[in-house]
Amino acid sequence: MTDTAMKPATGLRGRRFVTPVLALLGIALLIAAPFFGIYPVFLMKLLCFALFACAFNLMLGFVGLLSFGHAAFFGMAAYVTGHAVKAWELNTVLGIGAGTAVAGVMGLVFGAIAIRQKGVYFAMITLALAQMVYFFCLQVPFTHGEDGIQGIPRGTVFGLFDLRDTLTMYYFVAAVFLVGIFVIYRTVHSPFGQALKGIRENEARMISLGYPVALLKVLAFTMSAALTGLAGSTKAIVFQTATLTDVNWHMSGEVVLMTLIGGMGTIFGPVVGAGVIIALQNYLATIGSWVTVVMGTIFVICVLTFRRGIVGEILARWPKKG
Amino acid sequence: MQEIFGVPAPLLFGQLLIGLINGSFYALLSLGLAVIFGVLNIINFAHGALYMMGAFVAWLLLNYLGIGYWPGLILAPLIVGAVGIVIERAMLSHLYDLDHLYGLLLTFGLALIIEGTFINFYGVSGQPYAPPEILNGGYNLGFMFLPKYRAWVIVASLAVCLGTWLLIERTRLGAYLRAAVERPDLVRAFGINVPLMMTLTYGFAVGLAGFAGILAAPVYTVSPIMGQNLIIVVFAIVVIGGLGSILGSIVTGLGIGLIEGLTRTFYPEASSTVVFVIMAIVLILRPNGLFGRPRE
Repeated sequence: MTDTAMKPATGLRGRRFVTPVLALLGIALLIAAPFFGIYPVFLMKLLCFALFACAFNLMLGFVGLLSFGHAAFFGMAAYVTGHAVKAWELNTVLGIGAGTAVAGVMGLVFGAIAIRQKGVYFAMITLALAQMVYFFCLQVPFTHGEDGIQGIPRGTVFGLFDLRDTLTMYYFVAAVFLVGIFVIYRTVHSPFGQALKGIRENEARMISLGYPVALLKVLAFTMSAALTGLAGSTKAIVFQTATLTDVNWHMSGEVVLMTLIGGMGTIFGPVVGAGVIIALQNYLATIGSWVTVVMGTIFVICVLTFRRGIVGEILARWPKKG
Repeated sequence: MQEIFGVPAPLLFGQLLIGLINGSFYALLSLGLAVIFGVLNIINFAHGALYMMGAFVAWLLLNYLGIGYWPGLILAPLIVGAVGIVIERAMLSHLYDLDHLYGLLLTFGLALIIEGTFINFYGVSGQPYAPPEILNGGYNLGFMFLPKYRAWVIVASLAVCLGTWLLIERTRLGAYLRAAVERPDLVRAFGINVPLMMTLTYGFAVGLAGFAGILAAPVYTVSPIMGQNLIIVVFAIVVIGGLGSILGSIVTGLGIGLIEGLTRTFYPEASSTVVFVIMAIVLILRPNGLFGRPRE
């Protein structure tokens, strides 16, 4: 490892009051957003991808491992949820739970195979494992191959709330998002999260201090995969489809880009990054396949000139209190 | 008809031949990746896109300038290599002091740009590219029919792979290169232009991808997405072989091609996943790959 390793922006001391205020503002914004005339389906898509990016960032930003295979968890969870809700007629919440659990188990297996490697090797291995999942999804019958699972019923939250109503669906997604973000926030600020950051900064020292480094990494990867699954499952309910696009490696690349542009290693950077990319995709939908070229260009520009990302750049300029 | 394990012999040999052809391309591409990683410490995600570019350059030369296969075999790798040199000078050279992951991310972005651009102009459907006249037809080997062009692909790629290996392991230039991998600062102190050597190495390895591209053009159709899934298989091969050894990447490439051919004969459903399964098993048993050295 070179000493100029991927270091996310540190700093932001003395923000004891900032965090709760920002959190309350964020929640208020989430509740009020549909009334500002923003298309709720767009918001739901944004929230799903924001949660996806935050879960991904748990690995990249806080453990320092770049997974290039997170689409496998995202897409597989979507398939499992779609199948559970449509074919087995499970309740939506249980379906999402099933998708999340499957993604978590996959994360455990991927993690156990890949965790001894670091850096680019880890990226290549996760990419290859995810490609295996892609081919699996292409061939097994329950995913319906190229067609994907279509017309997944949105259902209800245990008969209490009817998710066919767009606004109800939106608040459900917002709740899922908040739960996911809260879990990530608590994890990062727990002793476990501190140990992960220790691994990122100096793995050898953590080993010598007696931390079970490999186990911690696998646990973090499993969590990251499960939360990614939560995002994928929720997306499957929102859009009522689960297709090969969600498992394809382009999806893995997209989430890397969201995290990179927002700022890796920051809690809310990936949210901002997801917002930018999703908005851009929506806005550029008319230019068709040039979108890929635009995404690639943003990637190149980010890596060459803007490595801290939007939020990382703001945090780096934040006035530090002693 | 003669059968081997319940499979007609011509079918088995046919699949093994396809496996050997695929293996030749795997070998050329993983060799390039290994050379680039060895010297520049970058995993070149754009390798698949540049392989595709090699095939497209050949197709464009033929259709717009009337330049045929044989001159194309020289020109396409040179053009792709030149593109590589521009990429290295303009972008990659700014990343050497950073974490290796940034190189992977940058070349991923480049792959999206290159593939996206070609898709916009030529769509995802393939363009045919005929093999040269002299290589039409084939040999009857008794147990199977061997098309001449396929025999040529295997011979040509093996020759180029071995040539590259000799260049790096047995020449003075190769010795400088290997020295620069170990201690770039010392090699520079001896008055050797290491940055130039890195640029040329990237250009050369990318040229190899372009060469694989034009070799592949008559076998597969020339399509903007021909390199997309291939690059991930090649990544898996690189992990299986370990990045430490050039000969290792050649052997692994050919071996995986043959194993895929066998799988396609006996259990076709698994033919696209078998390489990833092998990768997982190798990682559990030998984390540094079959030919890899332990890394720090």
